[in-house]
Amino acid sequence: MDAKVDMPVTEKAKLSVRNLNFYYGNFHALKNINLDIPEKKVTAFIGPSGCGKSTLLRTLNRMFELYPEQRAEGQILLDGGDILTSKEDVSLIRAKIGMVFQKPTPFPMSIYDNIAFGVRLFETLPRVEMDERVEWALKKAALWNEVKDKLNQSGSGLSGGQQQRLCIARGIAIKPEVLLLDEPCSALDPISTGKIEELIHELKSDYTVAIVTHNMQQAARCSDYTAYMYLGDLIEFGPTAELFMKPKRKDTEDYITGRFG
Amino acid sequence: MSTVMDAKRLAMHARRKRINTLALGLSMAAMAFGVFWLLWILFETVRLGVGGLTLATFTEMTPPPQAEGGGLANAIFGSIVMVGLATLLGTPIGVLAGVYLAEYGQKSWLGATVRFINDILLSAPSIVVGLFIYAVVVAKMKSFSGFAGILALALIVIPVVIRTTENMLSLIPNALREAAYALGTPKWKVILSVTLKSARAGVLTGILLALARISGETAPLLFTALSNQFWTSSLGEPMASLPVTIFKFAMSPYENWQKLAWAGVFIITIGVLLLNILARVLFKNKH
Repeated sequence: MDAKVDMPVTEKAKLSVRNLNFYYGNFHALKNINLDIPEKKVTAFIGPSGCGKSTLLRTLNRMFELYPEQRAEGQILLDGGDILTSKEDVSLIRAKIGMVFQKPTPFPMSIYDNIAFGVRLFETLPRVEMDERVEWALKKAALWNEVKDKLNQSGSGLSGGQQQRLCIARGIAIKPEVLLLDEPCSALDPISTGKIEELIHELKSDYTVAIVTHNMQQAARCSDYTAYMYLGDLIEFGPTAELFMKPKRKDTEDYITGRFG
Repeated sequence: MSTVMDAKRLAMHARRKRINTLALGLSMAAMAFGVFWLLWILFETVRLGVGGLTLATFTEMTPPPQAEGGGLANAIFGSIVMVGLATLLGTPIGVLAGVYLAEYGQKSWLGATVRFINDILLSAPSIVVGLFIYAVVVAKMKSFSGFAGILALALIVIPVVIRTTENMLSLIPNALREAAYALGTPKWKVILSVTLKSARAGVLTGILLALARISGETAPLLFTALSNQFWTSSLGEPMASLPVTIFKFAMSPYENWQKLAWAGVFIITIGVLLLNILARVLFKNKH
């Protein structure tokens, strides 16, 4: 795969990936990835299992660094500054680039504290402002009406869909600039999925969103740009409508029409 | 054709059912065997222990042979002091080492070494621990002491707490850690507020089980705290304890001592039983 992927994105790039290679030990998982994730848009990553889409997402907030055998080479530019070589503390980078995972992960504390936990890491707010922030985040995540009377109850008592929205609320409560969603709906029923897709649509007015999904309808429904990946290569990247209606490459067409994958 | 298949399946099904019944029967028998001895021990303890139990058991000192009255007050006090302080001493060390093994040194050579040594310590006979403390503390200080007893008991607490803490922490899914890191949480705070907090019921259970175990340990105290006929709250002096007193009294030919030994057995058994029940209830509440 040659390094020059055409860059169809004309909008301002929030995150730019340049010549990114990623290794799990000796396994070469991402091969020379180049792409621009546009600001305040939703970018979806699709492709068969093992294609590297989740791996790519996990390089964008340096989550891979938790595991010593994993390493990334190349550049990831956030507003022009390389986060991979940044001298800035990785905690501060992660505060700017939030992430929500496949399975809901409520912390072992109350619903209120689940939201306030992240905020307290970076800000010291008086009680009233903290209350406002918690309410704001829960409203943003379309969860407020369901939990406003039980903020002191444990977060793990909520349903799976509610827990996932709690995790999204927790992520946006610290006011990141980018939100990474790693298959956020794969463990949820259709109703919860619908709510989260609506939420993603709302979020893009304030945030840059990158979502990994196995569900092509979901990518088609809620993203502005879509990247198709296969075996560690970025095969095609472009506006979602274009990629789904008239893909430039045969591989992409085969995948989205279900002939492969 | 299909009737042949059906007959084959039925035969297989019948065979599975027979094996199932057999396995169930064997495991029920094994359970009954264990429970039988446990209940018998409890029954004998209650039967012989309650007889010797009076108010004086808790208020009077251990008596000389063939004397009237007397109790176990000094031994009960000594046990509570030594077991309590050994747990207080061993718990923080055990929890911290368990956190190191589960959160920092999973794959490092140091972690593997510590884990290996801890496994040896975990299975070391407690009399070895007692002799070790005798050699390095009692012989050097030229006196048996409650302090030496505490050290010996703490050495038994530590590996148990290390093991349970590590096991409980490794049960916490990595996804939860990653979620905390994704918010920009520093590692120490991830451990304190998320992983250790999620595992707290299990860690607490481990501590309680270690406490229950040392409550009945005799061997580590024989060469360290020794025993004391009188009340002492000084850790620099030999200190009485329930297990050592039971050991001494039960081996004696004197009837009043034997009676008190049974009362002591009763007190320890009920105490350990209550601790185990407490540990179970705590664990159940959180899951």
